[in-house]
Amino acid sequence: MADSETNLVTINIDGNEHSVPNGMNLVDACESVGVEIPHYCYHPKLSVAGNCRMCLVEMGMPMRDRATGEPVLDDDGVQKIGWMPKPAIACASKTMPGLHLKTKSDLTKECREGVMEFLLVNHPLDCPICDQAGECRLQEFATDYGRGFSRYVEEKNVKPKRTKLGPRVTLDDERCILCSRCVRFCDEIDENPVLGFTERGSYNTLTCFPGTQLDSNYSLNTVDLCPVGALTSTDFRFKMRVWFLKPTPSICTESSAGVNTEVWSREGVIYRITPRRNDLVNDTWMADTGRALYHQVEAENRMKSFRVDGNRASIGEATQRVRELMSVGPVAYVGSGQMSVEEQWMLRKLAEVEPGAVHFVYHQGEGDDRLISKDKTPNLRGGLLTGLLKTLPETHLHALRDQLEKGEVKTIVCFGEDLVKAGIGPDLLKKANIIYLGSHRNDTTDIARVLIPTLTVFERSGSFVNQQFRLQKFAQCVPGPAGLLPTTALLARIISEIKGDAYTAPSNPMLWREMGLAIEQFAGVEFAKIPATGLELDSSAFAQLPFVEEKGWHYEPAAEPAGAESSAH
Amino acid sequence: MAITQRRMIYKHVDEEGYSNDIECYIKNGGYEILKKAVQAKPEDLRQEVLDSGLRGRGGAGFPTGMKWKFLDFKSGKPIYLVCNADESEPGTYKDRQLIYQDPHQLIEGMMISAFAIGAKQAFIYIRGEFINGARILEKAIEEARAKNFLGDDILGSGYSCDLVVHRGGGAYICGEETGLIESLEGKRGYPRIKPPYFPAALGLYMCPTIVNNVETLCWVRHIIELGGKKFAEIGVKGDSGTHIIGVSGLVQKPGYFEIEAGAHTLGEILYDGCGGPLPGRKFKAVIPGGLSMKILKWGERWKGKHPNSGEDYDWGVEDIPLDSVSMGLCGTALSTGGAMIMDDSTDMLEAMANINAFYAHESCGQCTPCREGSLWMHKLSKRMTDGKAREEDVPLLLDIADQIAGRTICAHGEAAAWPVQSAVPKFKDEYLDKIKKQANGERYNAAGFPLI
Repeated sequence: MADSETNLVTINIDGNEHSVPNGMNLVDACESVGVEIPHYCYHPKLSVAGNCRMCLVEMGMPMRDRATGEPVLDDDGVQKIGWMPKPAIACASKTMPGLHLKTKSDLTKECREGVMEFLLVNHPLDCPICDQAGECRLQEFATDYGRGFSRYVEEKNVKPKRTKLGPRVTLDDERCILCSRCVRFCDEIDENPVLGFTERGSYNTLTCFPGTQLDSNYSLNTVDLCPVGALTSTDFRFKMRVWFLKPTPSICTESSAGVNTEVWSREGVIYRITPRRNDLVNDTWMADTGRALYHQVEAENRMKSFRVDGNRASIGEATQRVRELMSVGPVAYVGSGQMSVEEQWMLRKLAEVEPGAVHFVYHQGEGDDRLISKDKTPNLRGGLLTGLLKTLPETHLHALRDQLEKGEVKTIVCFGEDLVKAGIGPDLLKKANIIYLGSHRNDTTDIARVLIPTLTVFERSGSFVNQQFRLQKFAQCVPGPAGLLPTTALLARIISEIKGDAYTAPSNPMLWREMGLAIEQFAGVEFAKIPATGLELDSSAFAQLPFVEEKGWHYEPAAEPAGAESSAH
Repeated sequence: MAITQRRMIYKHVDEEGYSNDIECYIKNGGYEILKKAVQAKPEDLRQEVLDSGLRGRGGAGFPTGMKWKFLDFKSGKPIYLVCNADESEPGTYKDRQLIYQDPHQLIEGMMISAFAIGAKQAFIYIRGEFINGARILEKAIEEARAKNFLGDDILGSGYSCDLVVHRGGGAYICGEETGLIESLEGKRGYPRIKPPYFPAALGLYMCPTIVNNVETLCWVRHIIELGGKKFAEIGVKGDSGTHIIGVSGLVQKPGYFEIEAGAHTLGEILYDGCGGPLPGRKFKAVIPGGLSMKILKWGERWKGKHPNSGEDYDWGVEDIPLDSVSMGLCGTALSTGGAMIMDDSTDMLEAMANINAFYAHESCGQCTPCREGSLWMHKLSKRMTDGKAREEDVPLLLDIADQIAGRTICAHGEAAAWPVQSAVPKFKDEYLDKIKKQANGERYNAAGFPLI
């Protein structure tokens, strides 16, 4: 895009001149200057099918004499426009110098009315019971460009109403307008061509090829792509009307790819997660597994109360006990790639107040070379940038285990990582006092002396640094259980408890001002001004580190990825 | 007056003792032109075809030489030649005779064309229903291969080209050239959007491709034989060569006639060639060139100045000369020359319902206007014939057709819309009359007496 942005051309839309990049798709070009061209089948990330015919407009080029190549002028000396005899689809055309468009002419209007009428003749007009209502392109364009009444009195086609295309996608064929976006997605992006049409004409039916199903980990993108209520998410289907839902920008914590997401919630309850467009990270896609992560908010094993030695306690009692235990003997910290940049910074500050070895857990797993990287934590880079880590952490906690065996550690402050699962046996762990800050119960929490419940990614705000060293913000989507505090506040409270000074809850902008002064790469970064699509940080200091991530859709490893070690955990 | 046929393409069709094997073809001078052609320069052959002014015989009538000129020779990709033998236009049966009776003429024409455009691989995409046709062609190809008229190093010229027969799956839309290409690639026969997928640049397997009709490719042989300029003298200005007029429907003797373009009028063919209407009937309407062309009604008149002769004309249906230019002046097209005749016993509503049913059945369903519009027109016209129509359905039917034509990916939109767009205004009285009578519970027949 960089070269085309400098290469601007002038096109004329409805008599107004606009400057747009040369060779840009006309639908996108018009959108970029605020002119809407309605479309169904066109999608900026998919090949052009040109089948919905909704984007028909009148097009013309300045006339030139065929023989001489001289411009043909009208009586006023202005170059005449040679309008095409038939309307043309904008989505199959690119911008070029002098292109003229009529998007409001009678013919264009009539074309749109005609296509809208045709699309609706065999579409069930039962919006009140349709799951797509409220975010349906058919509804929107019928209102904006349709006639507002129907002349159709024949019987509508009957098609299957609830086909299970795969484990996560349910299809209502009657609603399908056969735009083929989902088919193209499976062919071109997912490279798993399982969808196709059977039958012919208006009886065309979307289905899977015999013996296949839509079971790819990217299958739910077809639901996002579907402009109507045909493809629905089996998980979200009929759970909530979309106009009640509030979208909040967030970041997927599934891996270090840092997929941009939108989390849809109502009254403190999350209903679904969809991808948010970021052409530098995830385009408009995300994996199905990432969409299911919101279930952790309401999980059975969610920790909701402070506990000291197994008994419920207040936050004051808990922090007091933390101070006591940390003064018993040598302290070790177990940080995590699940912590936000701000939390890692606060942990670093705690480790300065009460020095101790800092261990760090990050999970390696299988990547898919797309939007799931091999690093299953969203913020390892944050640990490096904040100075919590000096170099890439080990993928195991053998050092901590050795210290425990030698009795060199009396207290472990653990941030959301299951130490038992990480390979340190419960008997060994019992030798130390465990202070556990985390959102869910596990084998380690059973042993811990102090339990401090924390908020999930959906209940707090902050930032992560993804595999590209792109700093990305996530916002608080839902309030979280009553009485719980963000981890930054908890850490500030522990620090003030240890120091014996007054506690003030830190805000993210405040922490960023501190970090901006202390950390070279963060200089000048203001939390409020981190763009929605993220901010690329200077990664030169870490260029030689052997990160585990392999090539993905928008990621090229700088150094050779560390060999495919067996998963540490 | 008898019909003067000028049989060039159909020279041996229906000839006593003529068979479709290669010996018979060679005996009658076959493959002589190919022998000469492979010694010539390909660009000279292409120039001959351009000079001939030959218009494609598949229906659209696009000049063949121009089509070849658009071919992207510089891409470095292989060039393909495809013969469109998917003759599925209702009322058209000219290619079928060629394939069944004179297959070697097609093969010779194809090999000359392939040499002229530099194709190393040629295909014949034949209609699925032509099972015997495919067998005949396959046999003919083997015979020609044995005699080195195709295959490797054709006739010692160093030029190689292979020819393959591919049977279609029986869809009308696969006669549309880009739909045919998709089908030939093994995909669903969805026509491609143009731009950008013009076959001359991005055709079969995204390589430059020429798709020509059976008859067109046969003509190439004759053009090279005669020379392009000489060929252009046959027929009229703007439409050179001969036309095969295949008459079907309600005439005494349906059949086909190969005539020089413009040599006869429609009336001469119908009365002198086909023996006129059935006893006691009068002609009512004609669809002149395959089902999708606009219908002509007896009683209509066209006046104006003819662009070729410069003379004034005042024609009824019977007076229209059978050439593309004159047909164009009457708002329709000669197209494939498959004329369908209806007489006064024909109920136009039934006929149109039949046509609409065909297009609804054959719409591929890719783009919205054709997919939904053709089925809607079918359902509506079915309701009309069922006697449940309202008066406002007549303008509605026309309006649906208007919303289809010119707004679709391929010409199937026009094909579905044109019959309705022409028939509804021309026979509006009949539509309204029938609807009114049916509403009163009366029986209706256009001619006033019951059908046989």
